[in-house]
Amino acid sequence: MVAHRRPVASGMTDTAAASPIPQRRAGAQAWWNAVNAWLLLLPAAVLLVAFTHYPILATIRHSLFITKRNGTEVFIGLDSYQGMAADPIFWKALINNFWFALGTIPTSIALALVMAIWVNRNMRGRGFLRLAYFTPTVLPMIAVANIWLFFYTPDYGLLDQLRGVFGLGGWNWLGDPSTVMGCLIVMVIWKEAGFFMIFYLAALQQLSPDLDEAAAIEGASRWYTFRRITFPLLMPTTLFVAINAVINSFKLVDHLVIMTKGGPNNASTLLLYYIYEVAFTFQDSSYAATLTVVLLLLLSAVALVKFGYLDRRIHYQ
Amino acid sequence: MRGRTHPVEAVAAWLLALVWLAPLGYAFWSALHPAGYATSFSLSAPWTLENFARAWKQAPFARYYLNTIVLVTLVLIGQLILSTLAAYAFARFKFRGNGIAFALVLLQLMIMPDVLIVENYRAIAKLGLLDTISAIALPYLASAFGIFLLRQTFKSVPQELVEAARVEGAGPLGILWRVYVPLARPTYVAFGLVSVSYHWNNFLWPLIVTNSVGARPLTVGLAVFGAPETGVDWSVITAATVMTMAPLLIAFLLFQRQFVQSFMRAGIR
Repeated sequence: MVAHRRPVASGMTDTAAASPIPQRRAGAQAWWNAVNAWLLLLPAAVLLVAFTHYPILATIRHSLFITKRNGTEVFIGLDSYQGMAADPIFWKALINNFWFALGTIPTSIALALVMAIWVNRNMRGRGFLRLAYFTPTVLPMIAVANIWLFFYTPDYGLLDQLRGVFGLGGWNWLGDPSTVMGCLIVMVIWKEAGFFMIFYLAALQQLSPDLDEAAAIEGASRWYTFRRITFPLLMPTTLFVAINAVINSFKLVDHLVIMTKGGPNNASTLLLYYIYEVAFTFQDSSYAATLTVVLLLLLSAVALVKFGYLDRRIHYQ
Repeated sequence: MRGRTHPVEAVAAWLLALVWLAPLGYAFWSALHPAGYATSFSLSAPWTLENFARAWKQAPFARYYLNTIVLVTLVLIGQLILSTLAAYAFARFKFRGNGIAFALVLLQLMIMPDVLIVENYRAIAKLGLLDTISAIALPYLASAFGIFLLRQTFKSVPQELVEAARVEGAGPLGILWRVYVPLARPTYVAFGLVSVSYHWNNFLWPLIVTNSVGARPLTVGLAVFGAPETGVDWSVITAATVMTMAPLLIAFLLFQRQFVQSFMRAGIR
């Protein structure tokens, strides 16, 4: 525990701490430093404000107004929010997001852990294994969606051809509300597990081999060692990966554009995709802003967990 | 856990690897064989590049490639310059508002431009930039991730080197260019790989702000090409899909280790 180990004033300027400069010159120096710093920050700051901070505030503002046909804005207060609360598609999207997260995150984390343990072993061909597991991560989501779309195509697709072998009929995998989410979840697990694997791999390589040896000498079984030693030690990694996975689950919607368009009957729509549809298909930017506020609130909640809890633990290491 | 592996586990690991590679292997199979063999796997199936030729002819993929390369280069150069300057300010200058400014930068790690599509579209429209490559790039030029990563690296630069450069008469920018930048090279490589793959693959925002061949990147071009309405046959679409991901895939196979390490640094922020 090094709770009071603070970074050694590296925010200090290169000269400030030096010799006893007269008070006035020190003041001028500080001023000059600040000017330099802000000039260096300026280009990035302008763009960050323009495309992150201003849009966040503008989103909140636009959720409280509607734009009339003649271009004037009228204040409507929380009307949009009431409309949203009564919008079944909004709730559907939110619930779908929940199931999407629940379906993808635990499974891909578990797979990632298993993959990392295997790749960390002195197994023959582990370079190849790592390559195989990680490759989906570098592919564009849109290409992945194209490939998997074909697996799920009714009758002609690979999955139905396989069913045909067993004498089963075709099934419209993406066209049926009961199977569409499951199909997308399987695809996303395939895409993400290898990415999470590398964090576990890094963590495993940090663990002391002594622990395993000690456990082996004590006669602990491999499963016991994993359950009582390795897994608890990997807990910070698990939390970290979980947070990243949650953020991803809100952002990943590319595949919906070409696979399902949120259908059938909104069975696969997600919040960000619904925002995209409302804004650019239905052209209702006021309602899209309202929906975006919800997404921003959800992401802020995740941020609070991350910075409030997780990062504190990481610093203590 | 690094000890001997049970044979059952080895078999499982290999099986999983094969399952993991199967979708990709399938894409290559279908792209390299005539349409009739798209779902019948036979060793005697003839190989062909015809699907690639047809995809290349039926849609302006050359232009899409060019657009993506311009986009990725533009974003990378912009990000490198802006993040370097900002990270330098955060790492080595003491100024009022430092902490708040940095917190405001970090906000972008949680709320990325990807979710602010509605308002950013408005802004781009007001700037009159719709349907241009700059429109795709602009929201991403200031990268909180880049600033964060470089700030960490710059903070670890030994003070003696900075002093030495100062004695030789280098100003703040001279010190940045001659001391900090060369020492941060591994960070630049890591950041560059992640940025290039991210923007090569990015889809939703480019889809929203472009609507013509002149500005569309590969991903959007592929989606337009593969839309079911177009009635293009399956093997040709997979050929186009393979074309879209090939450059990144090749780069990944060549620089595997750097890729894995870069993605890891990108995650741990």
